[in-house]
Amino acid sequence: MNRYRWLVPTLYILFLMLPIYWLVSMSFKTTNEILGGFSLWPSEFTVESYVKILTDSTWYSGYINSIAYVALNTVISVSFALPAAYAFSRYRFLGDKHLFFWLLTNRMAPPAVFALPFLQLYSAMGLFDTHLAVALAHCLFNIPLAVWILEGFMSGVPKEIDETAYIDGYSFPKFFVKIFMPLISSGIGVTAFFCFMFSWVELLLAKTLTTVEAKPIAAIMTKTASSSGYELGLLAAAGVLTIVPGAIVIWFVRNHIAKGFAMGRV
Amino acid sequence: MNKTWNNKAWFMVLPVLLIVAMNAVVPLMTVVNYSVQDTFGNNVFFFEGARWFREVLESERFHNALFRQFSYTFIILAIEIPLGVGIALAMPRSGVWASVCLVLMALPLLIPWNVVGAMWNIFALPDIGLLGYTINAMGIDYNFTSQPISAWITMVLMDVWHWTSLVVLLAYAGLRSIDDAYYQAARIDAASRWSVFRYIQLPKLKHVLTIAFLLRFMDSFMIYTEPFVLTGGGPGNSTTLLSIDLVKAGLGEFNLGIAASMSIIYFLMTLLVCWLFYTLTMQGEKE
Repeated sequence: MNRYRWLVPTLYILFLMLPIYWLVSMSFKTTNEILGGFSLWPSEFTVESYVKILTDSTWYSGYINSIAYVALNTVISVSFALPAAYAFSRYRFLGDKHLFFWLLTNRMAPPAVFALPFLQLYSAMGLFDTHLAVALAHCLFNIPLAVWILEGFMSGVPKEIDETAYIDGYSFPKFFVKIFMPLISSGIGVTAFFCFMFSWVELLLAKTLTTVEAKPIAAIMTKTASSSGYELGLLAAAGVLTIVPGAIVIWFVRNHIAKGFAMGRV
Repeated sequence: MNKTWNNKAWFMVLPVLLIVAMNAVVPLMTVVNYSVQDTFGNNVFFFEGARWFREVLESERFHNALFRQFSYTFIILAIEIPLGVGIALAMPRSGVWASVCLVLMALPLLIPWNVVGAMWNIFALPDIGLLGYTINAMGIDYNFTSQPISAWITMVLMDVWHWTSLVVLLAYAGLRSIDDAYYQAARIDAASRWSVFRYIQLPKLKHVLTIAFLLRFMDSFMIYTEPFVLTGGGPGNSTTLLSIDLVKAGLGEFNLGIAASMSIIYFLMTLLVCWLFYTLTMQGEKE
């Protein structure tokens, strides 16, 4: 039985790759070929769709917008969450458990509930259609997540290290940056990865809060799909390009990813 | 870990509190406002009390959406949790292949949700999609844009494709944390494969599986983008889940009162599950 064990993950990965293969193969086909009928492999291999996306500014600006607000959100989430996670992992204070629970509820809040009020809130603040608006809105679920993961990793560091550092004459900020942060660097990496991931894949809020200046690529895709008929090749190419950044960041955290998904709590 | 009592820690939490409160409390209050008021336009609102709530709770439409939502969540949990554990058990423990497996399996989790929907849409199209074409070629009549059953199967398959990896990764992390000494002891006792799973692996997995179960429960409960892009809630209303119905009522029909009170009911339900989740994981950590 053990000899055939490798079959299970292999079949599963095959199942995962099939729709991706279909997307990639479609992105290299001409629109005529796609609509003309079924073919497993592009008969007229063309990179036209990719050229169009990478040269037309209405397309590639979407990528820049997406990456801009995702990066902004990751920086905000991690830097805000670091001290808070330290407080939760090291101290008890008035209402700490309630506060932690309340933070978690925001990770669970359905974005559909918040879409309309968010639009009003950020319009009132004059932030509508800016990268900052999306980055701040995504903090709703990313900051609780970041606090949660970081707290898990920080609790794994023995408290004696803090105490030794204070005896050695370190001030708190110096200790935190010079000693503590390097100790949990893999935790910080994993947290940044998760913030990137959830901000990158979320669309409902990002779409609601933007019109032109900060419109994410994923929203441009849906718009183009309806306005210029049914250009499936272009759509597929844009889809392939949205997978690439994720595939790149995943490679960097591959050794910690399993622990990260368990919120640093294994 | 024994923590020191120190109320100054509040200063470290304050920035997080402020930014999340701005995002959570203000919109929530807006929703509460809408849920008890009515308007004839021009920003003139008057108090309606519990009327919208009664209307939502009594409406057939809400019951149907809720029923569909629970069926959906139940089906995907019943498939994804056992499948995920099974795959994690069969995965290589370490080495290059383990890394390759992890990276490839995590890939679907990093694809924007509407791309997932669009990808499955073209993958399942009966005339030009790989999946739809193959099924039809096998002699089974399949068309997810017109048959409710096909639409449901496609939707469930899409979710299994998208999220089983999360369960795999969690279960894998749990399995990796088991000390080798347990397996050696089991070998000395000549334990069967089943009893190794039942008495060593499963108890260790309990904690991560709680996380997996509840994360999947909540995420599938608020799922919107993927099924919306795939089917648009159709054919008819057959795949209109709770979120889709909510956005339809709020942004589509601009029925603010109904949408807002639906939001509140919806939110209370997730809150309840969230509380359950929190209590269970915290209990797990104490043990």
